[in-house]
Amino acid sequence: MENRLVVNLCGLELDNPVIPASGTFGFGYEFAQWYDINCLGTFSFKGTTKDPRFGNPTPRIAECPAGMINAVGLQNPGVDKVIVEELPKLKEVFHKKVMANVSGFSVEDYAYTCERLDAEEQVGWLEVNISCPNVHGGGMSFGTDPKAAAEVTAAVKRVTTKPVIMKLSPNVTDITAIAKACEDAGADGVSLINTLQGMRINLRTRKPVIRNVMGGVSGPAVFPVALRMVWQVCRAVKIPVVGMGGVSTAEDVLEMMMAGASAVEVGAANLTDPCACKKIIDDLPAAMDKYGIKSLQELKGEI
Amino acid sequence: MKQQILTITENVPVTNCVYRMRLEGADLEAQNPGGFVNIRLDGLFLRRPISVYDSEPGSVTILYKVVGKGTEQMAGMKPGETLDVLTGLGNGYDLTKSGDTPVLLGGGVGVPPLYLLAKKLIAEGKKPQAVLGFNTAAEVFGEAEFKALGCGVTVTTADGSYGVRGFVTDALPEEYSYFYTCGPEPMLRAVYRAAKTSGQLSFEERMGCGFGACMGCSCKTITGYKRICREGPVLEKEEILWANL
Repeated sequence: MENRLVVNLCGLELDNPVIPASGTFGFGYEFAQWYDINCLGTFSFKGTTKDPRFGNPTPRIAECPAGMINAVGLQNPGVDKVIVEELPKLKEVFHKKVMANVSGFSVEDYAYTCERLDAEEQVGWLEVNISCPNVHGGGMSFGTDPKAAAEVTAAVKRVTTKPVIMKLSPNVTDITAIAKACEDAGADGVSLINTLQGMRINLRTRKPVIRNVMGGVSGPAVFPVALRMVWQVCRAVKIPVVGMGGVSTAEDVLEMMMAGASAVEVGAANLTDPCACKKIIDDLPAAMDKYGIKSLQELKGEI
Repeated sequence: MKQQILTITENVPVTNCVYRMRLEGADLEAQNPGGFVNIRLDGLFLRRPISVYDSEPGSVTILYKVVGKGTEQMAGMKPGETLDVLTGLGNGYDLTKSGDTPVLLGGGVGVPPLYLLAKKLIAEGKKPQAVLGFNTAAEVFGEAEFKALGCGVTVTTADGSYGVRGFVTDALPEEYSYFYTCGPEPMLRAVYRAAKTSGQLSFEERMGCGFGACMGCSCKTITGYKRICREGPVLEKEEILWANL
């Protein structure tokens, strides 16, 4: 009974399937002030790029019904500082393998950053965010073109022996086509969904709330959309799928896993309740009891 | 930083759109001047960050202006109701640099954080002068409360309907040792330009989390990128990089 929360993600065992999503958990140590983050399955650290980035001008945040919009713009200190400053700080408070989230603006960027992080023993998985614009491809997102998504996957696979999980954008007509392209190019897993593009207008100022006009919608509002896409992708590929998008409760985790997810990321919920992931993990056994679920492993792909 | 369930013990209007709310909790520590709390409200996703007006062990008082759905909901709450609050947030005012005669410049709902600051400065034997700026007489609050602390107070109104006509910068004392300010950004810029001494400015920004996780409220400073919710909201004059001063 004690291992009923254990899951396997691309060959590495997780004590439980709960993974704070990139961009909502920094490099972990901020949250270690709220609770012992070693209770997590793992977490996906702040999206890291080759060079440091300040990101977008503010305001970067807007409220939505049952959610929020962000346009942070991948603010991060760059891979050099992540390795020299952030990972050592994390090591003091987190003793499990971490998921390294990587972004880039060219295939070479992705490969460079992943190769650097591949050398870090703290890193268990590489999660590759392909929702970024391709500067050599007219600014179109890598994640909206199966060919570009496959190119990034193949380039990253060449420089690492760690499991590569491609993080997919939901802002496409058919997400299964992108997922299959990543699988065919050698991806060890896929995670989805990244945020859905959205916007808000301030009626008083008659201007967009977000300075960048558009941003990514997350929070409970997107959960049904995310669940649907996770289910579709799970039926389309054989590699493990990490489900995310508006997950905020233990019941949401169970739904994601019933749809076929191997593990579940939690994003926006961390921002409104710093202890959200700990509470979800604590609540899981009772939620499983309520629905007659003996172990999470048995759920996978039930629907 | 703590997550706490606090009980409302007072929630009253001090002008037609500014309310004073007192929150109490047995485990609540005294909050710092210039710090803030982040309040969860039913049916709204993001918490509402509100600066600390007054605090002692077991209680925190906030002054908030009703400007949207969140603050409207707060204005309708009654004593005895509870709120889920993140406390102890933000890097507040540093009192060690004040000198003996600091000036405290507050504009509108930028006035509240200066109250606890004035109280602490006076407790240390300093002689702060407060300049409280508003648009018009109907919006004025805090004058009696600052005076009751033993703080010198000048009130300005932009339309001249109460106190000195003009902005807080029109009522700067002849001499002061340091400045502390909080208010809308145009006022902060004016104070920055007018001030003859060093000082500290408290900034406002839309926040996601309020505790340093999301990078939603970042700004550039001379000493690097800072988060308004974590390294701020109070920044030192010398580190500020205005985009268009």
